[in-house]
Amino acid sequence: MQQSRDELLKAYRVMSRIREFDERLHVEFATGEIPGFVHLYAGEEAVAAGICAHLTTRDHIASTHRGHGHCIAKDCDVNGMMAEIYGKEAGLCGGKGGSMHIADLDKGMMGANGIVGAGTALVCGAALSAKTLGTGGVAVAFTGDGGSNQGTVFEAMNLASVWSLPAIFVFENNGYGEATASEWALAGGDIVRRAHAFAMPGHQVDGNDYFAVWDVMRQATERARAGQGPSLIECKTKRYYGHFEGDTQNYRAKEEIETLRAEKDCLKHFRARVSEAGLIDAGAMDAIDAEAKAEVDAAVKAAKAAPTPPASALMTDVYASY
Amino acid sequence: MVSKSFRAAINEALKLEMRRDKTIIVLGEDVAGGRGGSANVEEAWGGPFGMTRGLYKEFGPTRVLDTPITESAFVGATAGAAMTGLRPVAEVMFVDFTGVCFDQIMNQIAKIRYMFGGKAKLPLVIRMLYGAGYRAGAQHSQCLYPIYTHLPGLKVAIPSNPYDAKGLLIAAIRDDDPVLFFEHKAILGMKGEVPDEAYEVPLGKANIVRAGKDVTVVAIGRMVHMAEKAAAALAKEGIDCEVIDPRTTSPLDTAAILASVRKTGRLVAVDEAYPRCNMATDISALAAQEAFSSLRAPVRMVSPPHVPVPFAAPLEDLYIPNADKVAEAVRATVKYTPSS
Ligand SMILES: Cc1ncc(C[n+]2csc(CCOP(=O)(O)OP(=O)(O)O)c2C)c(N)n1
Ligand SMILES: [Mg+2]
Repeated sequence: MQQSRDELLKAYRVMSRIREFDERLHVEFATGEIPGFVHLYAGEEAVAAGICAHLTTRDHIASTHRGHGHCIAKDCDVNGMMAEIYGKEAGLCGGKGGSMHIADLDKGMMGANGIVGAGTALVCGAALSAKTLGTGGVAVAFTGDGGSNQGTVFEAMNLASVWSLPAIFVFENNGYGEATASEWALAGGDIVRRAHAFAMPGHQVDGNDYFAVWDVMRQATERARAGQGPSLIECKTKRYYGHFEGDTQNYRAKEEIETLRAEKDCLKHFRARVSEAGLIDAGAMDAIDAEAKAEVDAAVKAAKAAPTPPASALMTDVYASY
Repeated sequence: MVSKSFRAAINEALKLEMRRDKTIIVLGEDVAGGRGGSANVEEAWGGPFGMTRGLYKEFGPTRVLDTPITESAFVGATAGAAMTGLRPVAEVMFVDFTGVCFDQIMNQIAKIRYMFGGKAKLPLVIRMLYGAGYRAGAQHSQCLYPIYTHLPGLKVAIPSNPYDAKGLLIAAIRDDDPVLFFEHKAILGMKGEVPDEAYEVPLGKANIVRAGKDVTVVAIGRMVHMAEKAAAALAKEGIDCEVIDPRTTSPLDTAAILASVRKTGRLVAVDEAYPRCNMATDISALAAQEAFSSLRAPVRMVSPPHVPVPFAAPLEDLYIPNADKVAEAVRATVKYTPSS
């Protein structure tokens, strides 16, 4: 294994916190206290963790409507995230964005996004800044299988290739865009084949396998940081919950999720791998799970108790001058 | 007559028209939904808001088409299809997403007939949800119909109730020009009397929702209900409002609005869209130019402030024009004296 014990512990901590965060949101959403649309990332943790393990604050990511996992993996503050989801003043965006627009530029997190596919273009710009300013940074766009069909995404991949940008296009192929199966909506079946058309390396990996994701991302970041241009990574995964909270999910069988949880769970897979290799014992990971639980619990309590933004906030943040 | 929801009225209009004319097709993301899913259902969703449910079952895959998430392609395709023999009705979930396919609407759909010297006909409808109040944030809550009203070549319908929703949609489908059709997400469950049979509510004909003599209140879409509520409250204060729902902003029933303003001498224009260059400014300008001598007080506009739609509930509630704000504006026009 190429990663140190500390790196592995960090990766597990990221996955565990994402899982706890979204499992808890699922419960809290049902109480009716959380406003708006919430899209949960549970089940896909290995992607965010494996990708972001190679990134630091000088690197940027652009996320999707299903952004909680990306935020946590990019080190966004969990309290600030939770407060944002509850629409509170202490939220990362002052309560003006909500779940679909959590952003923290200090952490290199350029925002969740309500417009499918839009992040890929933003990432071209961040990669251009990195290249022009010589920061050594890379920029990563997360997009879904559904989003992979959006025109903006094709334009962005072409531009990144033509400009030889340090950009990485990560596709989370979780099998569905809303209720529509990717098998139906994706001409050609696999997103990875599109890399060829834009003259960039393409990788397809099991998105439930942290180590597989980590490994291809290492190759993609090395290439980007060496000034050799963009890469495409397709991660095959599945979400554990509906498209949004409240989705009846009548387009997929109950057993699909049960089987996933039992046989394909990325956290279980990670635990098995590191235990078998004798690197981390179960107790250490149990302790991380307990910490994550306590952290998220505190974040929920704080978010619920926090004040909403004052009326004066309605008219601020519109322009640089106010 | 039977009481039906706004959502059911839309669904019924689509069904009745598709039965009547085999060239009508419905397309959009998840309008059938569930294709290829592990539950093996052919029609799971009927769109995320269930507006098209039952269509796939009745009309099948050649007339009810799921699309990938590719608004430019499928919205542009409605123009090509409309020019060549079909009558497409596209669903673009939220009007905010038309940002992705703006060129197809603005430069293609709106202009093709004119640029081609009248040779082309574009009988197509684009249905979209709009409006704030859903805690959906800045990219899922906009109105944007002023942008489309601005464009010559497009028609714009904004029904405020289930009866109009069905009649306007049928008229839009039968119309030989492109119609952008706006459905407010906060009134989809609203119920009203809707006849079972097909009927048209003509595009360009305003509805006098409430007759009155003191002040004309013109309101669009969901705002009609705010205006009605304000009018009911003001009646108790002895102020008699005439509430006008234009139903379509393009064409706009200027005659109905002007006749009312000439009668009452006062105008309050209510619009949920951003305040600059919206329907309230448009209607106010109309009154200023065409009915100046009848006006007894300056025109008042009730719109949100010039900011994106905020997420946090108290901010969004502040943002949305409500009955109190409408009533306040009406009182101001009534109290106005030229010397003040
Ligand atoms: C331009 C645009 N079109 C449609 C939508 C509505 N929408 C939100 S998420 C989504 C499905 C996205 O599927 P995918 O990209 O596979 O991401 P997943 O939800 O599976 O993570 C759709 C259609 C949108 N937000 N933006
Ligand atoms: Mg997907």
